[in-house]
Amino acid sequence: MSDLVNLTIDGMPVSVPPGTPLIEAAKQAGILVPHYCYHPSLPSPAVCRMCLVEVEKAPKLMPACVTVVAEGQVVNVNSPAAKKARESVLEFLLINHPLDCPICDQAGECELQDYVFQEGRSGSRYDEYAKRYNPVEDFGPDVLYIPNRCILCTRCVRFMEDVAGEPILNVSERGDRAHIGIDDGHLLDHPWAGNVVDLCPVGSLISKDFLHKARAWDLDKTASVCTGCSQGCNITIDTRDNTVVRLRPRANLEVNRHFICDTGRMNYRWMNRGDRIEAPLIREGARHAAVAWDPALDRFAQLVRGTSGPVVLLASAHLSTESLAMLKRLLEDKSLRAAVRIPVGEEAPLAGVSGLALRRERAPNGEAARMLGFGTDWEATVAAASGAALAVVVDEDLTEGEAAQVSRAKAVVVLGTAEPQVIASAQVVMPLTNTAEESGTFVNRDRRVQRYLQARAAPGMAQPGWWVAAETLGRVTGTDHQPTTAALAFALAASAVPALGGLSHESLGLVGQLARSGAETAGAGATS
Amino acid sequence: MGYPFPSHAKETVLLSRYFGDAAARTYDGWVKRGGYEGLKKALGMTREAVIEEVKNSGLRGRGGAGFPTGLKWTFMPKSVGPGRAHYLVCNADESEPGTFKDREIMRWTPHGLIEGCAIAAYAIGAERIYIYIRGEFTEPWAIMARAVAEAVEAGALGRSVFGSGNRIEVVLHRGAGAYICGEETAMMNSIEGKRGNPRIKPPFPAQSGVFGMPTTVNNVETLAAVPSIMMRGAAWYKALCLSSPKSTGTKLWSVCGHVQRPGNYEVTMGTPMKDLIFEMAGGMRPGRKLKAVIPGGSSVPIMTAEEIEDCPLDYEGIAAKGSMLGSGGMIVMDDSTDLVYQIMRLARFYAHESCAQCTQCREGTAWTTRILERILAGQGRPEDLDLLLDLADNMTGKTICVLSDSCAAPVVSGIKKFPEEFEAYVRQRRRAASSGSAPALAARS
Repeated sequence: MSDLVNLTIDGMPVSVPPGTPLIEAAKQAGILVPHYCYHPSLPSPAVCRMCLVEVEKAPKLMPACVTVVAEGQVVNVNSPAAKKARESVLEFLLINHPLDCPICDQAGECELQDYVFQEGRSGSRYDEYAKRYNPVEDFGPDVLYIPNRCILCTRCVRFMEDVAGEPILNVSERGDRAHIGIDDGHLLDHPWAGNVVDLCPVGSLISKDFLHKARAWDLDKTASVCTGCSQGCNITIDTRDNTVVRLRPRANLEVNRHFICDTGRMNYRWMNRGDRIEAPLIREGARHAAVAWDPALDRFAQLVRGTSGPVVLLASAHLSTESLAMLKRLLEDKSLRAAVRIPVGEEAPLAGVSGLALRRERAPNGEAARMLGFGTDWEATVAAASGAALAVVVDEDLTEGEAAQVSRAKAVVVLGTAEPQVIASAQVVMPLTNTAEESGTFVNRDRRVQRYLQARAAPGMAQPGWWVAAETLGRVTGTDHQPTTAALAFALAASAVPALGGLSHESLGLVGQLARSGAETAGAGATS
Repeated sequence: MGYPFPSHAKETVLLSRYFGDAAARTYDGWVKRGGYEGLKKALGMTREAVIEEVKNSGLRGRGGAGFPTGLKWTFMPKSVGPGRAHYLVCNADESEPGTFKDREIMRWTPHGLIEGCAIAAYAIGAERIYIYIRGEFTEPWAIMARAVAEAVEAGALGRSVFGSGNRIEVVLHRGAGAYICGEETAMMNSIEGKRGNPRIKPPFPAQSGVFGMPTTVNNVETLAAVPSIMMRGAAWYKALCLSSPKSTGTKLWSVCGHVQRPGNYEVTMGTPMKDLIFEMAGGMRPGRKLKAVIPGGSSVPIMTAEEIEDCPLDYEGIAAKGSMLGSGGMIVMDDSTDLVYQIMRLARFYAHESCAQCTQCREGTAWTTRILERILAGQGRPEDLDLLLDLADNMTGKTICVLSDSCAAPVVSGIKKFPEEFEAYVRQRRRAASSGSAPALAARS
């Protein structure tokens, strides 16, 4: 403990590493010092003056965001002087604020609203003239600037300058005429620019995509993981009436700090697709008939049991680790060739955060697939399907050419969310949940295993892939000791795959854990 | 001297000796008047000895804060390593309302300033000096530019100053008209090409200043005083003192307002304020009485006529009266002055010049101005005075720099010391005679 600094905050003893700002130390004492310009992922300019606290022996109130802890320091966050200072900042901020909360998207998750409610004055003493007025500005593809609501905390300016490395936002003008400006001829079209909307503590920078879609208090918020690429950024899925309306970054200092890219942010419409397969289908002659789960599972089990030739499994790299593992388990005693498709795109790094980028590999779970022994030689595997005894296609949209090849297999089973090309030739079609509709895990490019939770109810009879595989396996083997939850499915996978050994849904929590490396698993193998 | 008026007997002309003497502007003219001897002497001493001499002289910053100059220089790191350049910044962004002394120093004795800068640069181990000149100072700029070129030509600046092997170069940097750039950290940002916003301290300039390097910022008048300290010694300078021993040397006072002879007057520290106003500056216009004095530039509290009665002109004497020596920009107001209007005018200046970083300053200066404008328009309310005082309290000691405090100071001192002026307005007994002469603070639209 000798390398920690001991201080007292509002009477509570706190020990933190040297160099910690008071605002972070206060969090340890369970005290949130109200603040606007401070953000843990941005440099602190100490301009909003909202986090002023009383530090004993200091001649003036000190900004908690830049004042560093000192041994024996006595800090009072809620002393009368500090409270009066914060109350005055709130009053000053409100004199030019339109108070248009009833039509503001930020209402309900607005830090100005929250802190004014918490410790502001009940009324304003400003009754001079009309408030400052500036017209709304279109800042770029998804960002509107509403200057009247702006409190000039400059988080957006600092994000673009210090994190995105594209300093196109600035503070223009001086005094109470000041507003956020954008360089002439520029737009906020940086691949990570959308973060300024989340960073804005008030409703000044807002998302056009989310504009007037929902009130914050009507949203259900679910911890999830972005499916856009192999980075595995932590996100929150906001749903309203079972519809996903917004994705936002969820803090994970190891993966994405407080940011997500715009590609990930906008990658949610598919979660709400209406043209879904809602019931299991069995082919009867030239057409498919909707059936209950039992007949479909029976038919799939029958096909698996009866197959002696080569089996091809074509799966999506969007499937959960649980689903990939159970499907593999279902078919592993066959002569199996399994592959996932990994779409690729251009890499778009975020300059100011090392190890954070929109990755080339545009699927969330390619790493788990590789870990589980799936190949990535997609085209060759599709070609192999044409001669297979059984081809199983799981939640992957095949091209017309690919569908034609797969259709030449002796039997085709499709598990999917929406109608794929091969459906006409499929013996059985089974409805799957999508990522937003199930719980599971993804393994990101750094082998971090991360959980995502169910954000919306699945349509019709859709079930997660691992459930379908487990139910089928039970029928194939005649045992009913199959996993009934995602956590159990993960536990089963963890017992079989050395890299996942020792991990469980419970231990992963909401920030994930690293899978064991090859060396570690080799060591573990030698000792066990 | 009270240029353009002749020197007054009670003045001690040191910096202002050659004001009005165009021949002193040239290098040769300056050398003929004993110039650059101080620099040559300093170059023959160790850096430490130069600093010690300035420290012993008791010289304090003339820009406003009055910090001991020699002590400030000791804050600079001792060694100058590779990649750790030291910088001297000369603050010539004289924009404090009521102050016009640095302008005259640059106009008449540019080489005196350059010499002082070079001595300071040598003392702190700086090879480069930035002289940040207020943008509106076109004539001083031209004169300084010529003088720097001459000094380089003569070897007083350059790779090896007077063959001593010490490299000292001067870069003239022209401001763009923002008052706030006179604040030392805002000035450093401005020199770096950034928006002139004050920085948070710590780190202090001596640790991380211009371009992140150890930097000392000194006012023009401070640096201009250094050559004579070098030549005549610390003891001589220290003896220039009529009152508090903590205030030594001479101070240039820019006296403006309702005096008969406005101008720059240089007096020994501790000279009575009354002498300056009533003798040197010629006192009030006939039939007028002194009402109020802002002694040290617009940022300091107002003093009443009674308060100046026995007030000596030094840091401690003025502080004892609740105000500050500041930059020495003395604004004298007689009984024809509408103080409410004058205070509104000051507040409006600060509202216009606020850099907009800190909430209290950005919003508070403008709000204060609007209340004062409303009071002047005859729509004041008795509770406005308490509101103004509370706003001033909320604006004082809460922000990164002191612009906000500076706006509050005249408001608080005005209301406390001249309550009847404000009462007359809020009790509807008085209407402004002059409030229409300046446009109201406009909101951007």
